[in-house]
Amino acid sequence: MLVFAVYPLASSFLYSLYSWNGLARGGFAGLGNFKQVLLQEPFSSWTYRAFTHNVVVFLSLMVVQNGLAFLIGFALLKGMPGHRFHQVAVFLPVVLSTVIVGFLWKLFLNPIFGAVNQALIAIGLAGWAQPWLGQPQTALASLIAVNTWHWVGFPALVFLAGMQRIPREVLEAARLDGAGDLALMRRVIWPLVAPSATIAFVLLFIGSFNWFELPYIMAGLDGSPGGATDVLGLYFYRTAFGAVSSGLQDFGRGSALAVLMFLFIAAVASIWVRMLRRREIEI
Amino acid sequence: MRGSMLTKLGAGALAGLLLASAASAGELSFWTWRQEDKGQYQQLFQDFNKTSPDVRIGFEAFEPQSYQTVLSTALAAGKGPDVIHVRAYGGLEQFAKAGYLAALDPASTPELANFTPSALGSSSLRSDQRVYAIPFASQTLGILINTEVLEKANLKEAATWDDFLKLAKALKDKGVIPLANGTATAFMAEILTQTMTASFLGPDFPSEIAAGKATFEDPRYAAALQHLIELKDYFPPGFTGIDYPTSQQLFLSGRAAMLVGGSFEIANFRRQNPNLKIDFVAPPAPSATAPRLVSLFYDGGYAVNAKTGNREDALKLVRFMGTKGFGDRFSALLGNISPIKGVAIQDPLLAKVASLNQTSVPYITLVYFRYQDPTGSTLLQGAVQKMMAGQVTPADVGKELTAGIATYYEPFKKK
Repeated sequence: MLVFAVYPLASSFLYSLYSWNGLARGGFAGLGNFKQVLLQEPFSSWTYRAFTHNVVVFLSLMVVQNGLAFLIGFALLKGMPGHRFHQVAVFLPVVLSTVIVGFLWKLFLNPIFGAVNQALIAIGLAGWAQPWLGQPQTALASLIAVNTWHWVGFPALVFLAGMQRIPREVLEAARLDGAGDLALMRRVIWPLVAPSATIAFVLLFIGSFNWFELPYIMAGLDGSPGGATDVLGLYFYRTAFGAVSSGLQDFGRGSALAVLMFLFIAAVASIWVRMLRRREIEI
Repeated sequence: MRGSMLTKLGAGALAGLLLASAASAGELSFWTWRQEDKGQYQQLFQDFNKTSPDVRIGFEAFEPQSYQTVLSTALAAGKGPDVIHVRAYGGLEQFAKAGYLAALDPASTPELANFTPSALGSSSLRSDQRVYAIPFASQTLGILINTEVLEKANLKEAATWDDFLKLAKALKDKGVIPLANGTATAFMAEILTQTMTASFLGPDFPSEIAAGKATFEDPRYAAALQHLIELKDYFPPGFTGIDYPTSQQLFLSGRAAMLVGGSFEIANFRRQNPNLKIDFVAPPAPSATAPRLVSLFYDGGYAVNAKTGNREDALKLVRFMGTKGFGDRFSALLGNISPIKGVAIQDPLLAKVASLNQTSVPYITLVYFRYQDPTGSTLLQGAVQKMMAGQVTPADVGKELTAGIATYYEPFKKK
């Protein structure tokens, strides 16, 4: 615990209190690095922009990824035709590396050679063909869609496992009482899979605010275009370690960002877990 | 998404430590980000061994994106190679300032006399004006032309802006993409901007900026940026989503006739397609009487690790890298222009690039504003991407650039 958690966190906090020349520590800077990332332009605007994007990513994935995962879990529970195949199919992307997924989807979304635009043109929807990753209005949404494709299988199986733990007689009793699929989902399954939801929600929250690999591979370290896909993970990395073609290394400011990210994620996640636990029902 | 970023960083740091070499006398380690040049460097090291046969040099290359991180981690741990391939300007300064590089002076390194002051400036620390690396290549920004495509279309390169637009339109009418560039890769958006605005800004604008006599809010800057917007119709469809590798492939495959880029592409393109017929020209001028200006910068240099255990041999190698003989071989083998005075460049296209350098201006954001955060490059790249996506105006770009740099650059604060 000391080696793997306390020491790295304590040293990050310590680093954030100093000014740095690359990785060489300079003088004591107090809270100067925090002041820079939170209050000094343009760094503060970049911090808030990245944070806002993380919030958008989290909320979007909560609705799209976890919502879809719940529906998939329910469909698999009901034993839809070919459910065994679908169970494997939906989980298959999860085992792929993010590097592969990001690279493949970057190719698929290429404006000229990409399969997405080619398919749209082939079915007569040429007007819908877009530079998906090159427009501020579609770039982040594209990354969210790819993330959903990649990860939806994981919460789907978590929800399915939770649903399978519900005693069959509970579901049958609800059916006998005349509950349709929608009522069954809302009034019986949803409250009873609360422990699974807690896991899926908290992991998504942590993942959303640590988002790095996918935007890095698909949009670059700068969060192109024009910062439209910039998130805290990218901003931290290029602040601390520099970007070859644009920025310099600043371990002090980078550490300040890392400390703020950690405090935010730890505080919100722990409060939220407590809240989610309260609605869990023992079966 | 669940994979941890910290794991990556830790792995990078560990790799740096593990790979850090402990050289002994007669053995040198050389680190670079240019894996593709390994064979050529081995030949250059063989040349070195003709006069220093007792020194063995180990070549170690790292992925370019993570090179600075791996290198700085190793140097911070007191390890790292004996001789280091370092980037120029701000990229060098962060290592020199931290004391990781040994200063070179005319007494220890007489070969410094083989370089121009601007070349040495790219490898100097601004605070002490001392040189910390032997510059290895100059790079020129201009327009690469796939001459076969132009010949097939029965068209010729254009010297003025109006003719350039006519050429672009004629190419487009014939079904050829005039310019392969996109703006999805941030640094290529910056290169496009620097290259195509240089002739409009004129030869004096960079020095006015450097002296603080002008800012990027100058109407000349907004007017120059406006010309980039005029090119929108001549980029590939969906150009805001076209990244650097796609631009390169469009040019290489002949689907696009021209690419706004650097002389560093020449060797790379020839490696990929030895039959490619390629030309390199200066960007068009505003009028027939105005000069066509290419943009010039130095790519980096060879430095001695301040903590090397084998300083004598390391310096010997770096001194060798500053000789005309090395420069001649470097240019011939690597297809880049060595900045060493009097270097003989055999390749006609490289010789042409070298002659274009006579009418050059500095790559403004790299040469003057890559030393402090927010760098000019960071600011410009994002702002131009937004401008090309129609989100902001050229005047907004100038304003954002000036305001960002003004946070540390005194002359801009007063304007």
